[in-house]
Amino acid sequence: MSVAKSISNTMRSALVAAGLGAATATMLAAVVLPGWAQSTPQASAGAISIDNFTFTPQTLTVKAGTTVTWTNRDDIPHGIAADNNAFAKSKALDTDDSYSFTFTTPGTYKYFCYVHPHMTGTIVVEPSNG
Amino acid sequence: MSESNRNDGVNRRKVLECMTWVGTGVLWTVSGGVPHSLGIMGEAAAAEAKGLTFLQISDSHVGFHLPPNSNALGTLEEAIAKVNALTLPQKPAFMIHTGDISHLSLEAQFDDADKVISQARLDVHYVPGEHDFLDPDRKFYVDRYGRGTKGAGWYSFDANGVHFIGLVNVFNLKGGGMGDLGAEQLEWLEDDLKGRSASTPIVVFAHIPLWTIYPEWGWGTDDSAQALSYLKRFGSVTVLNGHIHQIMQKVEGNVTFHTARSTAFPQPAPGTAPSPGPIKDFPVDKLGTVLGVAHVTFKQNEQRLAIIDSTLQG
Repeated sequence: MSVAKSISNTMRSALVAAGLGAATATMLAAVVLPGWAQSTPQASAGAISIDNFTFTPQTLTVKAGTTVTWTNRDDIPHGIAADNNAFAKSKALDTDDSYSFTFTTPGTYKYFCYVHPHMTGTIVVEPSNG
Repeated sequence: MSESNRNDGVNRRKVLECMTWVGTGVLWTVSGGVPHSLGIMGEAAAAEAKGLTFLQISDSHVGFHLPPNSNALGTLEEAIAKVNALTLPQKPAFMIHTGDISHLSLEAQFDDADKVISQARLDVHYVPGEHDFLDPDRKFYVDRYGRGTKGAGWYSFDANGVHFIGLVNVFNLKGGGMGDLGAEQLEWLEDDLKGRSASTPIVVFAHIPLWTIYPEWGWGTDDSAQALSYLKRFGSVTVLNGHIHQIMQKVEGNVTFHTARSTAFPQPAPGTAPSPGPIKDFPVDKLGTVLGVAHVTFKQNEQRLAIIDSTLQG
């Protein structure tokens, strides 16, 4: 697993689940993970990058049952908390740390960084049969 | 003039301007862009002995190890060495730390910070930064620094006739907002100030600035106006903050606002970068010019405190 060591926990588990070879996996993780996730309906993953104190994409629309993963690409720690605690708060995310939450109930979830609350984002969860 | 200034320490540290109006005898010095009235000439010198000097350090971020500073503990050590080497007319009474002691609220980071800061051999009055409240129960900060404080860690104390208030504006933050004091703390503040003479000099210190510097980066405190309304009737109010890793000053009525440098890394001026993160490409050999400590002198008969910021270099 020495190759996989340099990539984040979430990436690693996603790749292990997909059963890809380690060498290919590293390239995929670096370049084409979002596209790959969309083309694999079973995986139901959504990714949000935290870069320059901004959530990207700002609004992410997913189907119910999707696991959304935030990854901190900043040099400063961030933390994910939902308005009204609508979903579970993350631990503090240091550089390159990730946090995942599986959204099972349709609805609009507004969240923010509890370290820098001016950073906000929205997850829209649609019914899985919609 | 030279006599009243000699022991002041201001002149030696890059005072920008010094003028005397013979008619009134009021001596002003300007350091860092803010005018300080040094009182009636002669009285200023006489008041020296009764003055109070204290130090401010801020934003140590112990544990931070990314560009431009691979060793935030090392630069904190330099800052404390600088404190120990300061030649002041009188020994500072104590030190305040305006938060972000640690980078990630880890016990080892607080341990390391304490080991270094204690080398100054001064009492230290802390307030937390958001980086000190990252563990789920804020346990490490509260256990270590929270003794005798109220709520999430706010408190007040008196020294040489000056009333000091340490506030916490980094907990229970709300989405889309900035720093926040909260109703419970505001109520305590109003109560704490009740019955105090308006001539009592007040020093308020908190991590995030209590004036809005740049809301786009969250550099302000949502309910600070409420807090400042309780301070309006006081003749001399000084507000000392950290968080933004650079010096900014503002005077509004009787209130002087001042932010301190970090001992760890510089942050960009508001709006000059895509985000308030560390200036990654800051030249490592120039770090000592942007990191530093502040020392504050209060002298009786003065309208304002004299605040002198020192960098690690020079």
